[in-house]
Amino acid sequence: MTWTDLKFALAGEGYVASDDLAVALQLALSLGRPLLLEGAAGVGKTEIARTLSVVNNTRLLRLQCYEGLDAAQAIYEWNYQRQLLTIRAAAEGGETGKAVEDRIFSRDFLLERPLLAAITQEKAPVLLIDEIDRADEEFEAYLLEILSDFQVSIPELGTIKAVTQPIVILTSNGTRDLSDALRRRCLYTYVEYPDRTTELAILKARCPDVEARLADQIVGFVQKLREEELEKTPGVAEMLDFAAALMGLGIADLTEDPAVLQSTLTTLLKTQVDQAQITSEVAGRIAGKAA
Amino acid sequence: MSRVTKFAARDPGPSARVAGFIAHLRENGLRLGVAEADIAMAALVEVDAIRPDDSRRALRAVCTGCKEEAERFDDLFDSFWMDMGRVRRKVMPTPSSPINDGVHSSRDAEGEDAGTSGSVVEPDAEGAEADSDGTGKLVATKQRNLNRRDLRDLVRPEDIAKAEEVARRMGAALRDTRSRRRIAAQRGDRLHFRKTIRQSLATGGEPLRLLRKKRPDRTRKIVALCDVSGSMSVYAKVFLAFLAGLLRADNAADAYLFHTRLVRITEALRDKDAMRSIGRMSLMADGFGGGSKIGPSLMRFADTYAKRFVDGRSVVLILSDGYDTAPPELIAAALQKLRKRGCKLIWLNPLKGWADYAPVAKGMAAALPYLDAFKPANTLADLADLAALEQELTTL
Repeated sequence: MTWTDLKFALAGEGYVASDDLAVALQLALSLGRPLLLEGAAGVGKTEIARTLSVVNNTRLLRLQCYEGLDAAQAIYEWNYQRQLLTIRAAAEGGETGKAVEDRIFSRDFLLERPLLAAITQEKAPVLLIDEIDRADEEFEAYLLEILSDFQVSIPELGTIKAVTQPIVILTSNGTRDLSDALRRRCLYTYVEYPDRTTELAILKARCPDVEARLADQIVGFVQKLREEELEKTPGVAEMLDFAAALMGLGIADLTEDPAVLQSTLTTLLKTQVDQAQITSEVAGRIAGKAA
Repeated sequence: MSRVTKFAARDPGPSARVAGFIAHLRENGLRLGVAEADIAMAALVEVDAIRPDDSRRALRAVCTGCKEEAERFDDLFDSFWMDMGRVRRKVMPTPSSPINDGVHSSRDAEGEDAGTSGSVVEPDAEGAEADSDGTGKLVATKQRNLNRRDLRDLVRPEDIAKAEEVARRMGAALRDTRSRRRIAAQRGDRLHFRKTIRQSLATGGEPLRLLRKKRPDRTRKIVALCDVSGSMSVYAKVFLAFLAGLLRADNAADAYLFHTRLVRITEALRDKDAMRSIGRMSLMADGFGGGSKIGPSLMRFADTYAKRFVDGRSVVLILSDGYDTAPPELIAAALQKLRKRGCKLIWLNPLKGWADYAPVAKGMAAALPYLDAFKPANTLADLADLAALEQELTTL
């Protein structure tokens, strides 16, 4: 599969990828390297993993990172409660110690968390490690080990080696600098806000019912809005919400009613300062320019 | 039509060229090893390497690791693989070796990229002069070198060592703020009862393993913004040494320079070699000693980098004299924005050390209401005093 095929396949599932992203993704697939995606919130970093799993017809395993995420939540954990109950039951049944021990430390009692689950699937899944910048640096180090060896050591059970190698996609919003070691192991792409034609294609793919003229206006409006000085720049997801809101209200032309336009802006502007800044006149002016 | 570089007939082959390209990137400051060269080759096999755009995209995915590098990559790629179009225009002293000129500076000579200086340049000035036999390296022209002041003349290694010590103390003073709540820890000062009891389930209700907890350090991140405009050039020596020291002492620290533009120098200053890092910084600080636009620079910081790097645990240090050519309202607005992120703002003004100084500069007066602290600083000793003051600051 060349990158153009991949791009086409992704478009078939409603994801319009830029050429840069398609090439990087294709390389990640063929070289078996993790792909690190950076970019502002709402440019479709997480969505690409979801779409890729649909295209490859495989599972998506998602690990959402946060401060304080540790190995027990990311890799594996023993099912203590079940182990305890088993011990009680075994005591009543008169089972001997060694047999019980072997049983409660078997795979049946192991709770697989995303990282362990990812390497034990029959068919290579897509492993999405979302917002890796939120996790602690210690966790990053642990992740490096798994990403390079694709195996997990469990003291009671031994080493579990990867059955298949998952397709790993990491995303980062850039709230802190990632370590060089992690960056080195990954392919890298910075995902920008889509340009006008790309965004129009995204809107058409996601909301096929939007009329061409309105779609043009919506995308033009959002593109112009991104040039304004906002605290939170609206992403692609917001643009789609905006389109859905307009469709729900049955609006055919952005410039026709400023009051309604203003009320739908809640889908695009997410802070009080931004809402105060884009008054109904400003919104009307932007809509006029975009039309 | 094709702009693709023509290689000499005795060129050993594609793999050597890729290796050459990796070396070219490395000389331009990208951190790449042997493994990357290997992956780059593998990546080129995967795409249609005849098509320059595909190769460019593939190599960009492999060779870059952050946004800044990705932005520079296009120029670096062009200078190595696509330099025919430009070189041909130059007058060649020996027509037999059209591309072995090495210093492909026609771009600079045409004055095309006056605004983007600091983006693609040879990090080490001495290396640039020695390296005139290679193919397609981007190096700064003499013309630009004259315009640029080498910060290495200003800063001596001893200063950096001293500043590092000051910065380390300051960082420690700021960092030693403990959290009220305790969390589980290997070597804690108290027993973690909840966890111990929970764990005792595994041993039939016998608490065989005693778990502990402690108060974690809530690290504060120092973000320093240094004014290097003309009015500040006298103090630049102290402050630049301080920045270099700060970044070497504290891994979480972040540093920026501004004059009429804002430049992030954190990456450059992380270089292990202290003097080389100053060298890299001086390449980025183009326009050093020029005019000052404090307001717009701070605004740009608040709108871009601050969103990523500044939060409630940050301390923002602004090293500036407050003489601004832009309207003072911008400073106030920018500081207000920064404050909203929950950080502490400290302004270090070298002029404040003078007898009967009053903050009458409009910019400084506009900034005052938003500052948590306003301190003098014109020597390293002043900055060392600051370390002692930090203890009070943390209680603010």
